[in-house]
This record gives sequence, C-alpha cells and structure tokens, in this order.
Amino acid sequence: MTSKKCSTSTSIGKKQIMGVTGLLLCGFVLTHLLGNLTLFIGSDAFNKYSHALTSNPLIYLAEVGLVILFFSHIVMAIKLTRENKAARPTDYYMRTKSGRGSTFASSTMIYSGVITLIFLIIHINGLKFGTHYDTNIAGVEMRDIYRTTIEYFQAPLHLAIYLIAVITLGIHVSHGFWSAFQSLGLNHPKYMPKLRCASVLFGLLIAIGFSTLAIYCYLQGGH
Amino acid sequence: MGGNSTEKMSLKLKVWRQKNNKDKGAMVDYTVDNISPDMSFLEMMDTLNSKLVKEKGDSIAFDHDCREGICGMCSMMINGQAHGPEAETTTCQLHMRKFKDGDTIVVEPWRAKAFPVLKDLMVDRGAFDQIMAAGGFVNINTGNPQDANAILIGQENAELAMDAAACIGCGACVASCKNASAMLFVSAKISQLALLPQGAIESEARTQAMVEKMDELGFGNCTNEAECEAQCPKGIKIENIARMNREWFKGAIGSRK
Repeated sequence: MTSKKCSTSTSIGKKQIMGVTGLLLCGFVLTHLLGNLTLFIGSDAFNKYSHALTSNPLIYLAEVGLVILFFSHIVMAIKLTRENKAARPTDYYMRTKSGRGSTFASSTMIYSGVITLIFLIIHINGLKFGTHYDTNIAGVEMRDIYRTTIEYFQAPLHLAIYLIAVITLGIHVSHGFWSAFQSLGLNHPKYMPKLRCASVLFGLLIAIGFSTLAIYCYLQGGH
Repeated sequence: MGGNSTEKMSLKLKVWRQKNNKDKGAMVDYTVDNISPDMSFLEMMDTLNSKLVKEKGDSIAFDHDCREGICGMCSMMINGQAHGPEAETTTCQLHMRKFKDGDTIVVEPWRAKAFPVLKDLMVDRGAFDQIMAAGGFVNINTGNPQDANAILIGQENAELAMDAAACIGCGACVASCKNASAMLFVSAKISQLALLPQGAIESEARTQAMVEKMDELGFGNCTNEAECEAQCPKGIKIENIARMNREWFKGAIGSRK
C-alpha cells in the first residue's frame, strides 16, 4: 500500500487542481460582475473604478495570478479530456442518459469551456486593448473606458457574441461551482443539495448579470 | 412500457457479437418470440440462445451467476443504459414486462479500455481485482473475535459502511460514465473500510495505492455527472467519491512516502 506518484499526475490530484482554480476563477468572475455594476451609476463612476484598478501597482500581480489560474485550469481540462477519451476507445452503439444523473451543463463542460476561452480572447482584445480615449475627472487624467465599452456594444455582432458567451459561462459555472466542492471532498448530505441549488443560482446570476450590462450598454447608444 | 402478464411478446434485438478479443465485432439483428412479460432479461437471452443452438448457430456469450441481483456478473448495456432502464436493478432482476411487444432492444457489452471484450457481451473485469489487490483490504491482524462491545462503532458510520459495502463490483459505474471512470467502485471499497475502526487506520495509504492502480489501468476521470450513481444497481452514492477525494488529499499532503 505505497504510492510513488506525484500528486498532480493522479486523477484526483488533477481534479482538485481543476476545482481550486475553478473556484478562484468563479471568485474573479463575481468580482468582475460586481465592479462592472458601476456602469449603471454613470461614466464617471465606471471610469474611476477602472482607473482605481489599473493605477494600482498590484494589478500586475493580480493579472499574473489570473493568467496562472486560467492556464492551470485549461491545461488540466485538456489533460483530463484526453485521458477520458482514451479510457473508452470504442463508443457505444446506443447510449441513453438515465435522466437521474448528468445534466446538459455537466455533459458539455469542455465545449462551454472552449467557447469561454475563445470569448475571453475576443473580450480582452475588444475592450482592454480596444480603442483608447482619455478623459479628465476632477483634474485626474484617466482612460475613458466607459466610452470604449458603450461604443463596443453598439455593434450587434459584439452584443450577440457577448450574450452567447456569458450564457455559456453561466451554464459552465452552474455545474463547475458545486462540482469543485465535490472534487475537493466537501460533500455533505445536509449541505450538498443547497450547494447544487446555489450553483444553478450562481450560473443564472452570471448569465443574467453580464447580459443585462451588455444590453444596457447597447441601449445607451440611442437604440 | 409494461404489458399484460399473460400476453407473449415478440422482440427485435440488436446484439453485439464478437468472436474473441481480437475480432472487430458488429451488431447483429435477431428476433425472439414467445417472451413472457414475467421472464427476466437473462431468461429472454436464454430463450434466444436456445433458438440459436437449435438453428446450429453460435449462442451469445454473456456473464451471469446468481441471478438474484447480488453477484454483479450480469453486465450488459441495455438500450444504452447499464443493466437497462429500471433504477437500482441488475439485468437478472430486470423483467420483460418493462418492454412492449415489438420493441427493439439494443444489447451491448460494457465499453472501457480497462474492460476488454472477451466474447460477445462478456468483458474482462479483472481490472477491479487488481485495484482491490492494490489496497482494498485490512492489513492488521485482527486476531480472534472480540467481545461485541470492545470496539464501538456509531450507528451512522455502520450504516454508511454497509451502504458502501453493497457494491457488487458489476462495473455499471464504469459502463455508464461518459469517461469510463471507476471512481464510484473504488470509492465504495475505500469507504466501507475507512468508515470502520479496523480499516480507518490505513485509509490514507490505501486510498493512494488504489487510486494509483486505478489510474494505471486506464480508467477515466470523474466529472461529477453522477450518472454512475443513477445507473448503479445498488444505489451507491457519489458521496463516497467525495470521501475518497478527502482521504486521498489527506494522504497526498500528510504521507511521509
């Protein structure tokens, strides 16, 4: 009864890395949503919030941390998916779900993950590295990210891609959130049903929250 | 579904036929008549085999033993579900009254790299034995039977250990998992020992060793879909997988090896 393997090379080790990085990324997505709510207050509030973030030197540390989280999550997902494919070289002639186990979200995690990754690149390219405008608020020069954001969402294609992506992300986290707790061994019959319910609500919050923001931006353009 | 218990049924079957583990194999169509709704699925397969033997054909090989739902031998995918559509029911306990006259039933072997097909519907589930040999036992010498009250076990843990021990090692969890993961089986075996004082002592090392063997044998990873729990004929819960994950983590960070 001895083990010689490195923890991260075992199936459970990889799943636990997925779980920890996934939960931290959920935290990031929630923070991002809450911060973006300043859009509803107005251009100054949103620009000041953005300036407070980007002018803080710790932002670089946070960005490096986020890149590590995304990278670990993606690498583990690729490794696990490849191993899972190899574990069943011959597929079934017929496979039916019982209706008592897997869900649409749980059976499409890799696809919703890939869509989220593609969207992430489009999103960063279109907004963070998008058109740069300057503004002056109370004597402080800062980027007018509000104008960039509003302009970005005037293109119906941008809005459509965003809506599809955040709904996909909502579906992804609706399984991923509770699944992370299960992978980390935190399953308790008393709390797990509530956690699964909270996971669905979290998915809805992400999908509806970000969609509302995008539609609001689109409507700000006079539509 | 369901039928009048006096009416005989005629069924169309699509069955996986494979001469040996080198053969490519294919689905073959059969028709079987005079099937009573009171027959078990295995009795229906016996009826088909009798017909094949009478016609000088090769009978369909499938595993079976107790036919009472406790040995775990009758492994078959029936219409895309492990042991068929009935919850918490083995193939031998599945009755033909669950099907209708004229139905087409697809019968396949378990599909997993770690469970190679030997012939037709029979697969080699020796991988489970190898996992058990890696650590699914208690090393300590327990000596003679002790007084019943010498080692106290809480009722809840006793029940949970018994629930986990209900696993019959049939492999339905592997068959029903989209990743061919064996985690429900392994976690049930780990749990039945970890929950009791005699087994708890070695729990972390046992978990490490059994998980390592499971990975080595080519089973897939768990994506927490719970399809294994849904299709397990003994209703083993994925709560056991969480327990295994906890035990594994404790071993991974605390082991001196």
